[in-house]
Amino acid sequence: MEALETFRQETREWLEANCPPSIRTPMPDDESPWGGRNPKWKNPESKLWMDRMASRGWTAPTWPKAYGGGGLTKEENLVLMQELRRINARPALMSFGIWMLGPALLQYANEEQKLEHLPKIVRGEIRWCQGYSEPGAGSDLAGLQTKCEDKGDHYLVNGQKIWTSYANYADWIFCLVRTDTSKKHEGISFLLIDMANGGVETRPITMISGASPFCETFLTDVKVPKGNLVGELNKGWTIAKALLQHEREMISGMGLGNASAGSSFASLEQAAKDYVGEVDGKIASAGLREHLTRQRMDGKAFALTMQRSMEEAKAGHGPGAASSIFKYYGTELNKRRYELLLEIAGTQALGWEGDSFTAEELSIPRAWLRSKGNSIEGGTTEVQLNVVAKRVLGLPIE
Amino acid sequence: MALVLTEEQTMLRDTAAQFFKERAPVANFRKLRDTNDATGFDKSVWKEMADLGFAGVMIGEEHGGTGFGPVGLGLVLEQAGRTLAASPLVSTVLVGATAVELGGNALQRNDILPKVAAGETVLALALEEGAHHNPYKIGTTAEDHSGTYRLNGRKTFVLDGHVADRFIVVARTGGHDTDRHGLTLFIVDAGTPGLKVTRTKMVDSRNAAIVEFENVSVPSDNVLGSVGAGADILDPVLDLGRIGLAAEMLGLVSQVFEETVTYLKERKQFGKPIGSFQALAHRAAEMFAEIELCRSVVLDALSAAAERRNDVAQMASLAKARLSDVARLVTNEGLQMHGGMGMTDQFDVGLFMKRARVAAATFGDANFHRDRFATLAGY
Repeated sequence: MEALETFRQETREWLEANCPPSIRTPMPDDESPWGGRNPKWKNPESKLWMDRMASRGWTAPTWPKAYGGGGLTKEENLVLMQELRRINARPALMSFGIWMLGPALLQYANEEQKLEHLPKIVRGEIRWCQGYSEPGAGSDLAGLQTKCEDKGDHYLVNGQKIWTSYANYADWIFCLVRTDTSKKHEGISFLLIDMANGGVETRPITMISGASPFCETFLTDVKVPKGNLVGELNKGWTIAKALLQHEREMISGMGLGNASAGSSFASLEQAAKDYVGEVDGKIASAGLREHLTRQRMDGKAFALTMQRSMEEAKAGHGPGAASSIFKYYGTELNKRRYELLLEIAGTQALGWEGDSFTAEELSIPRAWLRSKGNSIEGGTTEVQLNVVAKRVLGLPIE
Repeated sequence: MALVLTEEQTMLRDTAAQFFKERAPVANFRKLRDTNDATGFDKSVWKEMADLGFAGVMIGEEHGGTGFGPVGLGLVLEQAGRTLAASPLVSTVLVGATAVELGGNALQRNDILPKVAAGETVLALALEEGAHHNPYKIGTTAEDHSGTYRLNGRKTFVLDGHVADRFIVVARTGGHDTDRHGLTLFIVDAGTPGLKVTRTKMVDSRNAAIVEFENVSVPSDNVLGSVGAGADILDPVLDLGRIGLAAEMLGLVSQVFEETVTYLKERKQFGKPIGSFQALAHRAAEMFAEIELCRSVVLDALSAAAERRNDVAQMASLAKARLSDVARLVTNEGLQMHGGMGMTDQFDVGLFMKRARVAAATFGDANFHRDRFATLAGY
């Protein structure tokens, strides 16, 4: 306990001395620190902040120091998060390498691969993207067909990936590839590919929100060194599933309502009073007031359930059955939240551009449209319900 | 803040689960209903519950209780909800004893609490006057005639009213209409002249009564708490009542859900278990999610009450609203998934559905509590 307090004190002092002033303000989208080989640093202090945090391994606080991480315990990490929140610090590095690939490498990669890739992720030198879905393999991910042939001293990869987030900005891609066509799940391998080595082409896809966060990624006669295979040949599905779990946890967090659009409102309830008006201190529309209450109650119940799951894990009960619902429930809640924002701000939430709308208002329709993908990406709501029905309830669905 | 049970709490829950399964299964409840039992609950089972400490769970050791507090009571109520066990747990322990613990003077506490803990006294809260919970809208009057109060009015939906030994009556001594101030609580013995009790039969086959007061004389010594400030006791008592009912509904919902999932695996149509069809499996999975959220909410609300947190009222409304809604969902879906068998009296799902509706209406339904939650949150 005392050691933890000392850690808090030291952390606080270090952050005070090292977190630049501009980093303690809300982060505009175009200042997101993604790092990589060709980073864009609109704000030079973003780079300074990333480098300073990375020098302590605090861009990946709980990873072992041997791989560049911070080597912090869970408790220390919690303190670090609290101290960062206290000064409203922006994230030092946003990275699929940290959120998704890293945990999988720590569990399944060999020593050489860990030493090669993890430190570069921590320092933000390499930006990763995920090559999972294919045009013919969405919910049925294990039906993927990207071909990977053994050519003696290297692998040869041919195929197409889709929904690869930010592939057009990425340096490396972690890919699921087919190494045995006679089996389904047991014919999949997990491969790391340097996108600069030729044969990889990316095309951004314009989404309903107007943005292009996803790409089609074409792999044509891509030569990959054999050392880039993670785990055993044809055993990639196990890694894929573990990684999906991390992805789902990441997406579940949205249900807690920290999403960016509308977050500059003091609260949804205050926004409702501002846009709809109030009578005797109550939101003037009884219907909207009720919708807000349902949302607030369900949000609180969801947050309590995530907390209960954490406490159960801490008490050594393992990840309880409750955790299976997080992706499904969290994303549905997040979608409802944006529908509510539309209800609250009315036509002011339906503008697309121009001076008659505030920047905050203009962000709402875009975020609302983006949120629709939450219950599709990383396993659709229907796939999640199948998992709960089958694994948790033991129902005999096919 | 604890969302995981301690070892002691787990033991209490397991004891309660085993007790209700063995001594008060649904079959016992059916028997009470079918024989039109005059008491409406099994007195010997109630005595056994008292011996196990369930009746004294909200009462301190100095008065013969076990002092487990709200979390303990919630765990017992949850298990009682699983078997539809009929007992004065809600009327006497959850509400009655809590009111005396909170508002009673030394004399009243010494007089009443040991008898409750021993299972010898049934208490009933005479509050409601209309079809909807509206705790400050009290028309029953109590006039001060030099040291003696005279009560006049009519109360409905008084739980365990026809077997109560004592009533805790909410009457107006001041203020108007729906004023929070001006309410006073009185302890009134069942045999008092001018008091008329009529049993009402409700859809859930539990006990309720209409209680009428015609110039009922009550000595000022029987005022619970202070004159005109009865709401200061009533509010926390009702909040605990709401949380306790949410705990009972959690047990009810869990039981119906488990039985329904079992049925989905056993019942075959088109040559396979009906649970293999996604149309049913997905609805079951959605219910599972809602119930998991219910469990977290009930545990947190019980903790809030036990720790006297300042968000007890909000958590009580959240728990009561959520559990009322989910109990409706799960009993409706449970019945539908049982098909025609669910419509028969022989299957239990109908009994649970009836109890769910009455529990939902007790101390405020989901609409009442969403409105209250919003008002408490300042919007």
